[in-house]
Amino acid sequence: MTPAHTDDHGHAEDDGHAHGSLRSYLIGFGLSVVLTAIPFWLVMTGALDSKQATAFAIMALAVIQIVVHMVFFLHMNVRSENGWNMMALIFTLVLVVITLTGSLWVMYHLNTNMMPGHDMSQIP
Amino acid sequence: MSSPASAVHGDGAAPTFYLVDEHDHAEGGSTMFGFWIYLMSDCLIFAVLFATYGVLGSNYAAGPSPKDLFDLPLVALNTSMLLFSSITYGFAMLTMDKGRIAATQGWLAVTGLFGLAFLGIELYEFAHMIHEGATPQRSAFLSSFFTLVGTHGLHVTVGLVWLVTLMIQVKRYGLIQANKRRLMCLSLFWHFLDVIWIGVFTFVYLMGMLR
Repeated sequence: MTPAHTDDHGHAEDDGHAHGSLRSYLIGFGLSVVLTAIPFWLVMTGALDSKQATAFAIMALAVIQIVVHMVFFLHMNVRSENGWNMMALIFTLVLVVITLTGSLWVMYHLNTNMMPGHDMSQIP
Repeated sequence: MSSPASAVHGDGAAPTFYLVDEHDHAEGGSTMFGFWIYLMSDCLIFAVLFATYGVLGSNYAAGPSPKDLFDLPLVALNTSMLLFSSITYGFAMLTMDKGRIAATQGWLAVTGLFGLAFLGIELYEFAHMIHEGATPQRSAFLSSFFTLVGTHGLHVTVGLVWLVTLMIQVKRYGLIQANKRRLMCLSLFWHFLDVIWIGVFTFVYLMGMLR
């Protein structure tokens, strides 16, 4: 394994960790810039009248940008490591969703039900 | 009568042998997957911190709120620093594939400088907030804010130490297979931190300003 281009019988290199091309990096970067600029613009200018609409818009844009990063920068696909990368990611996402929604849901109801008259902290 | 490695047929036919040992794996063949599993566990750490911030983020204890503290143009600048560092790391990986050591080192250095700029801006922001009395002890909102954003900043710091270490490794040993593998791991780590930052600027800073 001395020279830079030795192939040690295909295990380290051909496991689906393609690095992408210049084009894919640039596409990902361009999309990221746009997807970052729009939410900042929405919040800083208040372009949408309703705060709720703005919140939904920036959350949707964040999700899209995370997918863009996963595809163009982290090179996620269903083939890498025979799909085990994707399985681990899906498992993690399930845990993340349970953690986040569970915490927010339970603690919100705890606050509203256990602290009558103390609504200072509950601003939707 | 039969060892674990073989099964002898009763009719005297040739015994069938099975390989007990797995065939040899190349050194580091499973490193990338292992590192991916580590990143997923790191993801869970951040999920817990995000959940904590989500629960406590509006408990100001009559102290300062996000609107009093956050400076969105500064956050936008910070975000662009991290985004630029992501694309320059991508360029480093592309030049690494071509085996161009000097260009790879150059792009890694640029990535490091952007990362350093990100950290500098973040520390400036923290110092400014603490100077105004918005310390982590002030309210549950600020405790969870500093924990979440600080943990991300700590990750970037470790990433920078790792980056410098690898630049020294590449300088000393060149782009050998082991160094390439390490650079690929750091690539995953670095881009992963950018993904986490998307969550931070969306949920902490932008949503905070909407309250």
